[in-house]
Amino acid sequence: MAKARIKVPEVVKRGAVFEVRLLIRHPMETGFRYNNVGQKIPKNIVHTVRCVYNGAEVFHAELFPGIAANPYFSFFTTAEASGELECVWTDDTGVTMSERVALTVSE
Amino acid sequence: MIYARPNRLSRRRALVGLLGCLGCLLVPLRKARSADALPEKLAPLIRQATGGVMPQVGRVTLTLPALAESGHSVRLRVRVESPMTPQAHVRQIHVFSEKNPRPVIARFSLGPRAGRAEVHTRIRLAGTQQVVAVAVMNDGTAWMASAEVVVTAAACVEGS
Repeated sequence: MAKARIKVPEVVKRGAVFEVRLLIRHPMETGFRYNNVGQKIPKNIVHTVRCVYNGAEVFHAELFPGIAANPYFSFFTTAEASGELECVWTDDTGVTMSERVALTVSE
Repeated sequence: MIYARPNRLSRRRALVGLLGCLGCLLVPLRKARSADALPEKLAPLIRQATGGVMPQVGRVTLTLPALAESGHSVRLRVRVESPMTPQAHVRQIHVFSEKNPRPVIARFSLGPRAGRAEVHTRIRLAGTQQVVAVAVMNDGTAWMASAEVVVTAAACVEGS
């Protein structure tokens, strides 16, 4: 079961600005809710998201409970050569997950 | 037999109705404009984010729906006018909420590589309020924009 989806264009021109869309599956529990027996549901949100392209950071976000469940981001970047985009995120339980996508750069 | 006069719209009634409709349209517009003033609660947080300077209004475009049916997921777009070159680029984008229990919503780090200073995401909003986006540039200046969102069903309140 994929925990995230990354969308990039199939082919990008060298140096051209393109959009990356990232959707992570996560409940983003705020820590403000109570369960049906009145106990507080512990806070568990993805607090850091980092996307790296061929070893260079292209996107970095620090998140707080104000981000909706199943966090979605769209950002822009450029690429000089074909390679792999890797997004890594960590939640409050200490779990780190990642997803990769290949990108083809044309002349 | 007397026929009742059909209930036709007179010119006077039509004009009064039209003016009323225009008035209704103007009320929320004026409310949105007067909300330009920054919520006081956010000022220290914004200063902290920018390293002490109070951002100027401008260069940032914050797009949010004027009315959100649910505060659980409200789409947000922040766009900053910047050439995004190594000499002049956006370093960080901060998003703040006026009424959420945690006023800081997100912090994005950008660099000249991005090519375009624009981020989209989906946020939670605990009720009708103002949302503020602050951009910190590499030269130390800061810019901001705010938007008022009417939320019909709030997020992060008890029972939600």
